[in-house]
Amino acid sequence: MKRKHLVAIILILVIAFLVIAGIYLAGSNIQVLDPKGPIALKERNLIYVALALSLIVVLPVYGLTIAFVIRYREGNKKAKYSPNLHGNWAAETIWWLIPSTIIAVLAVIAWNSSHSLDPYKPIASVNKPINIQVIAEDWKWLFIYPKENIASVNYFQFPVNVPLNFNITADAPMNSFWIPQLGGQIYAMPGMDTQLHLMATSKGSYYGSSANISGTGFAGMNFTAQASSLSSYNEWIKTVKNTGIKLNPSSYYNLARPSSYNPISYYSSVSNGLFLSVINKYMTPIQNNNSNNSSGNNNNNNNMNMNGMSM
Amino acid sequence: MPEIVAKTPNFITDIDSENKTIFGFWVYIMTDCVLFASLFATYAVLHNNTFGGPSGSQIFSLPYILTETIILLTSSFTCGLGILSARNKHKNKVLFWFGVTFLLGLAFLLMELNDFHHLAVIGDSWRRSGFLSAFFTLVGTHGAHITVGLLWMLTMLIRIWQVGLSKANVRRLTLLSIFWHFLDLIWIFIFTIVYLFGVMKV
Amino acid sequence: MLDFANLLGKLHGNIFPSDIMTIGAALSMVGIGLLIVIYLTISKRWHWLFREWLTSVDHKKIGIMYIIVAIVMLIRGGADALLLRTQQATSVGSSHGIVSANTFQQIFSAHGTIMIFFAAMGLMFGLINLVLPLLIGARDVAFPFLNLTGFWLFAAGMILVNLSLGVGEFSAAGWLAYPPLSELRYSPGVGVDYWIWSLQIAGIGSLFSGINFLSTIVKMRARGMNLMKMPMFVWSVLGSMLLVLFAFPILTATLSLLFLDRTLGMHFFTASGGGNAMMYVNLIWAWGHPEVYILILPAFGVFSEVVATFSKKRLFGYTTMVWAIAAITILSFSVWLHHFFTMGAGADVNGFFGIMTMVIAIPTGVKLFNWLATMFRGRISLKLPMYWFLGFVALFTVGGVAGVVMAVPPADFQLHNSLFLVAHFHTMIVGGVLFGYFAGINYWFPKFTGFKLNERIGRYAFWCWVIGFLLAFVPLYILGLMGATRRIDHYSASLGWQPLFIVAGIGAGIIGLGVVLTLAQIVYSIWKRKDNLDYSGDPWDGRTLEWSIPSPAPFYNFAVVPEVDSIDAYWEQKKSASAKTRQAKVVYEDIVMPKNAPESVIIGMFAIGLGFGFVWHIWALVVVCFIGIIVTVIIRTTSEDPHEYVLKASVIEKIEKDALLRSKAHA
Repeated sequence: MKRKHLVAIILILVIAFLVIAGIYLAGSNIQVLDPKGPIALKERNLIYVALALSLIVVLPVYGLTIAFVIRYREGNKKAKYSPNLHGNWAAETIWWLIPSTIIAVLAVIAWNSSHSLDPYKPIASVNKPINIQVIAEDWKWLFIYPKENIASVNYFQFPVNVPLNFNITADAPMNSFWIPQLGGQIYAMPGMDTQLHLMATSKGSYYGSSANISGTGFAGMNFTAQASSLSSYNEWIKTVKNTGIKLNPSSYYNLARPSSYNPISYYSSVSNGLFLSVINKYMTPIQNNNSNNSSGNNNNNNNMNMNGMSM
Repeated sequence: MPEIVAKTPNFITDIDSENKTIFGFWVYIMTDCVLFASLFATYAVLHNNTFGGPSGSQIFSLPYILTETIILLTSSFTCGLGILSARNKHKNKVLFWFGVTFLLGLAFLLMELNDFHHLAVIGDSWRRSGFLSAFFTLVGTHGAHITVGLLWMLTMLIRIWQVGLSKANVRRLTLLSIFWHFLDLIWIFIFTIVYLFGVMKV
Repeated sequence: MLDFANLLGKLHGNIFPSDIMTIGAALSMVGIGLLIVIYLTISKRWHWLFREWLTSVDHKKIGIMYIIVAIVMLIRGGADALLLRTQQATSVGSSHGIVSANTFQQIFSAHGTIMIFFAAMGLMFGLINLVLPLLIGARDVAFPFLNLTGFWLFAAGMILVNLSLGVGEFSAAGWLAYPPLSELRYSPGVGVDYWIWSLQIAGIGSLFSGINFLSTIVKMRARGMNLMKMPMFVWSVLGSMLLVLFAFPILTATLSLLFLDRTLGMHFFTASGGGNAMMYVNLIWAWGHPEVYILILPAFGVFSEVVATFSKKRLFGYTTMVWAIAAITILSFSVWLHHFFTMGAGADVNGFFGIMTMVIAIPTGVKLFNWLATMFRGRISLKLPMYWFLGFVALFTVGGVAGVVMAVPPADFQLHNSLFLVAHFHTMIVGGVLFGYFAGINYWFPKFTGFKLNERIGRYAFWCWVIGFLLAFVPLYILGLMGATRRIDHYSASLGWQPLFIVAGIGAGIIGLGVVLTLAQIVYSIWKRKDNLDYSGDPWDGRTLEWSIPSPAPFYNFAVVPEVDSIDAYWEQKKSASAKTRQAKVVYEDIVMPKNAPESVIIGMFAIGLGFGFVWHIWALVVVCFIGIIVTVIIRTTSEDPHEYVLKASVIEKIEKDALLRSKAHA
């Protein structure tokens, strides 16, 4: 009797726990499952499809395991015992074929979606896209609008239903540019230029972060992607232009120094080709007389043997 | 009553030991292959990253490398002659041929070190660019293996001179020769992929 | 030129930890070490320890040493995990938790490194060492000296990791130390160098074990045991060791290249100078993906043995299972890019690797079905090893589904590096690897000790592990979907993540309880061993050769090398009549056994010095230890002494007869 009571109590507790958890989760912002843009929407649906296809295999596995353990336990003398049953081609064929078929279907989906959801693929739209250059710094995000000639830190705004063309680099170790409610991430790497194409279909403030560790302050590398109406967006541009702070090599140098949890800040103009110069900084040697490093990258490549054997 | 029959010690007999050890050594050689493959792959990715410094065609001298190659290939030949002598139990011939192999290997190594030294002195060391890092490391790793092989050879020469061509020593010479020929094979790849392709700007 | 400041390299100034957590942890380690030293001195057991254990080339003793080190590191890694969970449950909004960001990053880097390289690999090599020769009817592994040396290199790596806790710091760049973060510019301290050298040294130990076990399987099977009659565990070890031999050299090369960047100013992976950080990512995962299959294959092998034995039925579909292992082994080299779909390789490349990743799920699923088919119409005995198998079915399936979802590249764009990923791989490693090795330890324990592990405490431990795991990691799957990235030491309150982190913290605590109970199970079983003694050598009515010898297994394994003519050789022998007649006509012969190898310990000690010297740039120490290793190796390998002794037939006969008498008396 005691065992039955124990099982009943455990079952009640588990169900209560699950109910509470369900209520909590229903009110939570499960961002990846709550897309606000076409890319995130398609990516979410892929998750669902893959999950559903997998369940075709998983549910029978669970069912059979429970059934076999109960039926063929050694206390149950009624069950048939076939100690020499160790092969059956029909059974084997079935459980090779069914998973293979499911994987084949999923493979086609994976191949097609890899192409249709390629981060480098522009989003088709009647509206003209906005180009935004993104630089991952230690430990904040810099957003440059080359056409509007403004820049901002840890915040950027854009109108809904307008495609965003991101060019992304880093002046820092490898980072990853991720706005879960708008779409998947791509790495931000020094000396490289990666692309991402996103769009928002609803207004809102969307959470963004760096999804690859880049040093001590990386947890503070959060930013906000604000999708607004076109008029609010134009207002915002005006506000930024009124700050009067220029982003030039000197102010950029100060910005690039390590800092984390940076508050939002704006720059009303950006010197020409800043983004490109940040990339090129890593790709071209500076013509010094005895060193071959580029600015800011001075570790160990001058002729003074600082890190080798010193006898 | 079970019979107790005392016999000569069996397993691990000499034959089994040799067979097992040579097999294990081939397995090790396979892992060394993978190591070199990783270095070759890295070289392939980085060989154009000259970062303003020299490219292969600017620093490689084919006649010099050809000389190194002939020296190393000859040492493989003399090594083979050494093994034949070992099978025929001619201790003095073994010492002679492996001695020649050692000297040839040493000459190869010294030529390589000279080349490296020259490059470092004129400022084109491994710090200069990704290409040079990959070059020095790939060729240098081969050189490090050659050094180990030479040390091994020297040790074998001393031991065989002291103790003679015991079964164990002949087995060890066999392993050494496998190692030496393997290094020769790797050198052929280096010669082709690094130097030849580098000069031809492939 | 020879001033003392330079002689000590970078080992000066601020080398000891400054935060209370690290200091406490380091001091506890030192304290425990001191207690052990004092105990050994007072009870005068140093000589015993050296002779019976540290220099022993008996594969069973080496196996036990591996497992002890692995369990110690499991505890260390688990303590790290508790700290991580506590930090993430409390560091919200204006609070920044219990440790600084940098300390947090060192803790998770250490946690991952320790768990994979020392806990999981240690349990694996330990278990393989214990049983592989017995399963194939061999008296030893192919190269006993290499075996012990491999263990001491593993131990040297372990010591270096733990040294970093008290002297210097550990890497803060994650368990795989991607550049440019791990390059000198962004990680100027010694942390990454500790990471490099402990792994480099332990990795060479792994290579030695790979050579050894592969040669053992190929060359030392009992007569009549052709490949298709080997126990499935042996097949799984064969696959795993082939992976070791092809994958670990890549790790050796990659660690060396990172070291060269940091120490000699090279430009393999630097952001500038012509380096290519993406090359590192490719190389490290070309090793890293096979590594996880290295870990899981032997666990699958354990399950094959356990399910067959405890269903009293032959393993279903032997041939298919072999092909599945072969498929998994080969395919595991074709999927590595799925670890960085988001690095921008392009749709074709991503698509190819995504498909290959899904394909490898097929043979894995097939194995699961074959185990179920083994249970079908069997007589299932729910002993602890079967509990661990059932726990594996429950958890591994979930983790596998998560893996298939992430194998679709655009889906992975939203899940990469999130806590969903973290939950996935923990499900595979805890639910798959760890549960498999726990099943193996429970299953084979009586063979090496002569008594079984306590079932009741074992069940309590099992439930703590399963329930703790679910509480700790289901919230993480959800958090990943909520946009939580991994490795963060702080987050904003408005995200609503804290309740889930708190539940995860409770779950981690319950897993901790599970660890305690696992240890308690072992300790209690040893204390109360007289209640659980097994005199028959075959407590589970087993099917394979290891159960045909007495328990605890004699140091020479088999008095008479068996001859085999079927799968499940011992089961067939038991069922046939010949077993009884064979007993009467045993012919004992002298056996050649290998002697102890103190050289392995010496090499291990020099390896520690070598690693320490490289880390702190103490070049004199590096040179001395390097020469020390070379001299030791030369002395050992040029000696005409075969390092063996002859074990007389009369000694063997006595041991065997005693065991037979004991088992008859307690039948």
